[in-house]
Formats: sequence, structure tokens, C-alpha cells
Amino acid sequence: MVKKIYFQSIFFSFFFIKEAFAAESGGMPQLNPEFWVSQIFWLILTFGIMYLVLSKLILPKISNNLESRKSQILENIEAAEKQREDSDAKLKEYDEIISKSKLEANSIFNQAREKALKDIGAKREVLDRQIDNEIAEAEKEIDALRKNAPDKINKIAIETSSELLQKLIGAEVNNSSISAIVDDLSKRNGDKYYGN
Amino acid sequence: MAANPMSQFDVYRIGPEIKVGAFDISFTNASLFMILSTVSILLIFNIGSKKNSILPNKIQLLAELSYTFVSKMISDTAGSKAKPYFAFIFSLFMFVLFCNMFGMIPYTFTVTSHIIVTFVLAAFIFIGVTVIGFIKHGFGYLKLFVPSGVPAVLLPLIVVIEIISYLSRPISLSVRLFANMMAGHTMMKVFGGFVISLGIVGGWLPLSFSVALTGLEILVAFLQAYVFAILTCIYLNDALNLHH
Repeated sequence: MVKKIYFQSIFFSFFFIKEAFAAESGGMPQLNPEFWVSQIFWLILTFGIMYLVLSKLILPKISNNLESRKSQILENIEAAEKQREDSDAKLKEYDEIISKSKLEANSIFNQAREKALKDIGAKREVLDRQIDNEIAEAEKEIDALRKNAPDKINKIAIETSSELLQKLIGAEVNNSSISAIVDDLSKRNGDKYYGN
Repeated sequence: MAANPMSQFDVYRIGPEIKVGAFDISFTNASLFMILSTVSILLIFNIGSKKNSILPNKIQLLAELSYTFVSKMISDTAGSKAKPYFAFIFSLFMFVLFCNMFGMIPYTFTVTSHIIVTFVLAAFIFIGVTVIGFIKHGFGYLKLFVPSGVPAVLLPLIVVIEIISYLSRPISLSVRLFANMMAGHTMMKVFGGFVISLGIVGGWLPLSFSVALTGLEILVAFLQAYVFAILTCIYLNDALNLHH
């Protein structure tokens, strides 16, 4: 109910307003030529000055600013790209150095090992040779000893037997006869004694 | 009570009457708002172009965004040949936009709501575009009125229609802006009058309309400036790149 009255009042007041406006309206001021020349004059003046100032002073500055910013951003991007490439190259270099040094270390290790092995071989050879020499010398000595052994034994046997005979018999015995007997014996039993 | 909704368009003299010969060039409220618009444009764009920092501040950003907006509009509609006319179209767009926007402030005068102002602008554009067209193409510019691919029987009719449409360009351009501004402001004034006459009881409905209309009118103010500028670009495109 209240709502209805509200909208009705609005609706009816439109009529009064329309009448009020109708009474006052006196055509469009736009079509009154009184100030046309003045408006044209001021329009040309203000617009002309604005156009001149904008086109000669302000717009070139703005376009300059935009250009310089654009070029600066491009430059920065370029510099960043370059630095990235540099760092990539450095990284590659670093990797290369690392792999090279690894290889070098490997080769050094191998060389050292080979050298050590060679040294060991050489020393062993020398030692072997020395040992061989010593063995040969010892064998020679043994041979010599062995060769001299029957004579010495014979001599000892002769001397011993002559002294033995002297003590037993009390008379001087001819050494030559004893040695003949010992020689004869040793020739007969030499093999048995020396195991040759 | 409510004032005449048309009285907001009244032009009145401020200060003494200035006459040059038979012409009255007195300083009026229209002149005042033309000067206000141009001075604020110059102020904003001067501040916006003064410092060149990589990270622009708000005014610089505003200036540069407007610059790129208009430059993109021109290159999209008229191509790269329209570059020399950039400053003019930029000034035109900004002038119309600021005059429209100043008109949205209560108790101000809308310069562009006067047919004589918009007509002078449109006539200047029309004459300028026609002159550019004849300079660029000589009498070949008249080929604009003869579209290609039209049967010979229809040609006389088409040519007449084309000529009429070409000649009506300044009228349509100026009336569009003037009528939009005048209609919007009249409507707002009428609704404002309703608020007063309906009082505290019934005034809320037209008040809400008024609020909504203000938003719409701000949109229209921008849109009409844009349309004015882009139509200028299209006319310029016809003159520069004759492709009929």
C-alpha cells in the first residue's frame, strides 16, 4: 500500500515537472549564434597552442623516453644473455679442466705405478743377478772345496796314520808308503765316502 | 525549483566585451573551459615527460600509456603512413576527452556540447583529410567515390551515394559528439531536477538513476572522444591508403 502510494506520487509528479520545464525552456543555446565567433576563435587559439606545444615539445620527449627505455631494456637483456653465455662457457671450461685434471691424475698414477713396477723389476733383476752370482760363486767355492777335499783328507789321513803308527810302533815310518796305501784306499772307497 | 535543463549550455561573457571588427571574441565560460582543458593536458603531459626513469611514476605512466594507446590506435587503423599526423590526432583525442571529462564535474561547462565547436573540429578534419588525399593521389583521389567491383549499371547511383556519404562526414562527426554530450547532460539535469521536485520521499529513485547515469556519462565521455579520434584515423586512412 505504501509502496503503491510512493510510486503513484512519483508518477504524478512527472507531469508537474514536465509542465515546469516546458514553461521555462526557450530552445537550444547551441543554436544561438551570438557567441559562435568567440567560440571558434578561442577553440582555434587554445587547440592551436596545445597542438604546437604537444607536437614540438612534449610528444617528442615522451617518444624519446619510451625509446630509451626500450633500448635500455633490450641492452640489459642482451647483457644478461651475454653474461649467461659467459657463465656457460666458464662452466664448460671448468668441466673441461676438471675432466682433464682427472685424466692427468689417472695418467700420473699409471705412470707412477708403471715406474714403480719397472723399478721393482729392475731391482729384482739386479738382485736376481746378484743372487745368481753369489750362488755361482758359492757353487764354485763348494766345487773347489770339493775338489780339494780328497787331497786334504788324504793328507790328513796320511799324517794321522803316520802319527798313529809312530805312536803305536815307535818307529819312523816312511810317508810315501803310507800315502800309497791311502791313495789306493781312497781310490777304492772314494765313491762311498763322498757320495759322488 | 528545477532550472531549465538547457540552461547549463548557456554561453555567457566573462569580463568585458572584446570586439575585433564586427566579430565578438569575448572571453566566455566556453573559453574558460577550453583553456582549463588545454592547460591541464599540457600540465599533465609536461610533468609526465619531464623525468625519464626506467620505473615510471604514476603521471609518467599515464602520459606514456596515453601515448602508446593513441599511437596503437593510429597504426591499427591508418597504418604507418599516418605517423606525421600522430601529434594532431593525439591533441584531438586529448582535447575532446578532457573537455568531455571537465563537463562531468558539476557546475562546469561542457565545451563539446556545442555544435559550433565540434563542427569546427570536424570541418577542419574534413578539409585537412581532403587536402591530404588530393596531395597524395592527385585527381586519383576521386576514385574513392568509385568502388571497385560494382556493376556498371549501378555505378551512377553508387557514386552519388558515395559523394553524399563523403560530404556528410563532417556533419555526422560533429553531430555525434555534440548530440551525445548534450543529451547526456540534459538527461542528468532532468533527473537531478526530479530529485529536487520529488523531495525526500520520491527523490531516491531519480537520485539512483542520476548516480547510474553519471557512470554511464563518464563512459560516454571517454567513448565519444575515442570514436571522434578513431573516425579521424579512418578518414585519414582513406586519404593515405586509397584502396577502393
